[in-house]
Amino acid sequence: MNDAFAAAGRMRWGWFIAFAIALVLLPAVSETHTPTLLAIWALFALSLGLMWGYAGILSFGHAAYFGLGAYTYAITAMNTGESTAPLLLALFVPACVAAVIGAMMFYGRISDVYMGVITLVVTLILFKFMNATAGDAYRIGDARLGGFNGIPAFPILNVPGDPSTQIFGTPFYYVSVFCLLGCYLVSRWILAGAFGRVLLGIRENQARVELLGYNAPAHKTAIFTVTAAMAGLAGCLFANWAEIVTPSVFSLGQSAEVIVWVIAGGLGTLVGPMLGAAVLGMLKLLLGQQTLIDNSLVLGAILILVVLLVPRGVVPAFLAWRARRERGAASRRSAQGTRRRRQRPVSGTT
Amino acid sequence: MSEPVVETRDLSMRFGGVLAVNNVNFSLLDKELRCLIGPNGAGKSTLFKCLTGQLALDHSNGRVYIRGHDVTGWRPYEIVRLGVGIKTQVPSVMNGLSVWENVWLSARRIHGRDGARGEADRVIGELGLGQIARQQVGELAHGQRQIVELGLVLAQRPWLVLLDEPAAGITGAETERLVELIRQINQNATVVVVDHDMHFVKMLGGKVTVMHQGQVLMEGASERVLSDSRVREVYIGGRAK
Amino acid sequence: MDFAAVVTLEILYMIAFLALTSAGLAIVFGMMRVINLAHGEFVMLGGYTTIACAKAGINIYFAMLVLAPLVVGIFGLVVERLVVRHLYGRMIDTMLATWGLSLLMVGLVSLIFGNTAVSVPAPIPGYQLGNFQMGGYNLFIIAVATLMVIGLWLLLRTTRIGLVARGAMQSAEVASSLGYNPNIVYMWTFTAGAALSGLAGGVLAPLTGLLPSSGGAYIAKAFITVITGGAAVIAGTLSSSVIFGTINQLVSFASTPVLGEIAMLALAIVLLRLMPQGITGRFFRNST
Repeated sequence: MNDAFAAAGRMRWGWFIAFAIALVLLPAVSETHTPTLLAIWALFALSLGLMWGYAGILSFGHAAYFGLGAYTYAITAMNTGESTAPLLLALFVPACVAAVIGAMMFYGRISDVYMGVITLVVTLILFKFMNATAGDAYRIGDARLGGFNGIPAFPILNVPGDPSTQIFGTPFYYVSVFCLLGCYLVSRWILAGAFGRVLLGIRENQARVELLGYNAPAHKTAIFTVTAAMAGLAGCLFANWAEIVTPSVFSLGQSAEVIVWVIAGGLGTLVGPMLGAAVLGMLKLLLGQQTLIDNSLVLGAILILVVLLVPRGVVPAFLAWRARRERGAASRRSAQGTRRRRQRPVSGTT
Repeated sequence: MSEPVVETRDLSMRFGGVLAVNNVNFSLLDKELRCLIGPNGAGKSTLFKCLTGQLALDHSNGRVYIRGHDVTGWRPYEIVRLGVGIKTQVPSVMNGLSVWENVWLSARRIHGRDGARGEADRVIGELGLGQIARQQVGELAHGQRQIVELGLVLAQRPWLVLLDEPAAGITGAETERLVELIRQINQNATVVVVDHDMHFVKMLGGKVTVMHQGQVLMEGASERVLSDSRVREVYIGGRAK
Repeated sequence: MDFAAVVTLEILYMIAFLALTSAGLAIVFGMMRVINLAHGEFVMLGGYTTIACAKAGINIYFAMLVLAPLVVGIFGLVVERLVVRHLYGRMIDTMLATWGLSLLMVGLVSLIFGNTAVSVPAPIPGYQLGNFQMGGYNLFIIAVATLMVIGLWLLLRTTRIGLVARGAMQSAEVASSLGYNPNIVYMWTFTAGAALSGLAGGVLAPLTGLLPSSGGAYIAKAFITVITGGAAVIAGTLSSSVIFGTINQLVSFASTPVLGEIAMLALAIVLLRLMPQGITGRFFRNST
């Protein structure tokens, strides 16, 4: 039974609610600073996983939109003092940039490899530019861009309309979790609809989807824009978590990490990328606390092993293994039934 | 004299040093069944791809008209939206999706979300794909994939159907079924079939355009053209009977 | 007049830099359609080899021109046999695996050499050109790059090995029909690409302090140069090196080095949008 559409659009409410409840209850048993970061990373990975796993678009520079979200929030917050507009802009700016770059790439009939290069280059440009913006000359309104030192001390999120009530600590954890779960639901909703099904078709065979009369470039630009907005949201939350934004949000390392999270967790699922981000993110934090084994070493080894051994990622491999087990059990059951029938004496014969 | 529904004017297409299509003036009347034949390298597939928008054209290549619209340089999806159904030389289907999902995706563009379901069922029934409807297309045999692709074309109920080598990989009784199917499609649509198998073309009948080295060698009724000595010569070693 | 000479030399140096650092990647991409994202780390490894050897007392020219290519070439051979070989034809998977390899290499080098910069002084002193103090070593780099390009061209165009390599580039069957196992051809091609990267790293080592993360500085520009160049190994890399080197330096001179780099990156996007097959996909179609 192969139903890609149904699998993509199926919402497992039971699991979702159980998981949501667990996340809500977490602060009762643990500190929230680290889980907040993991949730933010999971959101970032989800955005790439949606675009890559379901539309087949691999961006080597998805960190560009993560970073744009972070910087947009910081700059706007320093200028307005209140956080509602900065939050919205942190979604809007990456989306606009993505729309322009996406349209340029997708309407231009370029291949996957060249798309990878272009997305990589965009991130590089942003990284190099931001790194070189030290000094008073580089400012937007009240915000100095700060070069490689970045922008510290900007107003963090506050309750909309009430700048004096700031959101940090456990309430901020809830905001991050809410964003993560919300974006997950939005992603499922997209995949369940006709638009999502066309994306699946594009992933399989873009030429054929165009030969069916669908404007494939428009679809790709649209999903590129939406996932850029999600990444921007993650970036904005990250800025609030770290309370500083530096050019490292645009780094190649950041782009590489999110790709590893997605592919290790499982390309073609929504849960895989989030799981990959949470687990590998936690691993990175734990490794960061000692100096013997370098994080790069572990991440690199994992990536190589995953590509060689489990190319589709952990979650799909697990699902496939489970499906094989079920088929095995089913065929064993039918074989047993046949054996039992054979053993029963057949009446009427001698 | 009715207006042609498809027309090319001085169509030329060059690949590197080779002039694959050389100043071709091709025209098609409504509800015609036209076969475009010629040996390998004659330019038939290139001409086909110019009609479908798969090859990017500009005005230096000449002009292509479909129902009066100048479609020169249009992208495939824009041409398909005029009501054109296209089956490519190499079966182009969505391998990771099931047969039903493939056909549904095609049907949905025309019939909307709810109508698509019924239309997909209908097309699958008509083509006898019911048994394999839920199988992944990537796992099917070549011949079955060809039929699935036909299903994709039919689900949109096009008025113009362009088929590139529909009989490739199909033999015997299946070929006869295909001929019957194409004749049926021709009841409601203009059909162009590109192929180099003269036996298949003979079964179809209709009008035949023979291409050779990028140009139209001869055009006319099927029996007359297929028995012409020049055409046979061009097909040296061909299965002409 | 002097200024014009300085600018010209700087442009030539930039072109040489790009050609040197891209050659290894170009060979591997042009011949095998493999994108080796660990290329920058191969260059870095060549640099570390040179510096370690020089510090151990070995002649620096020997270290950079012989030992660095040798060491990195062998490393490349091992990598090809263990990892890359299994992923031919899977371009995205190759990119991911080699990206993992680059992370791994950075980690290993950090472990062995630590995280502080290492360096050796340039063996050729500077000179005066009018009012400007020039680096003499840059001339050496230009010379090495020129010799490398000429050598590669001669190898590919005039030798039996080159013929087989170019044949294998067209298809595996061509190599087989010439009597060579395509897998062996690919193996040696990857090794050669690694060796060239090692050479580049060795030659460039005396210029700056080397860190495990230095590879990152090379990969981006090399990647862009190779992809924009297109399928032809030498003509492609050369033409894109010339274009990017010139723009980079001209804009740098007119404003700041950072803007020069950004200009080069932006130009890459424009060129790729206009010529999706790279420069040699549009012009110089049948060159090597």
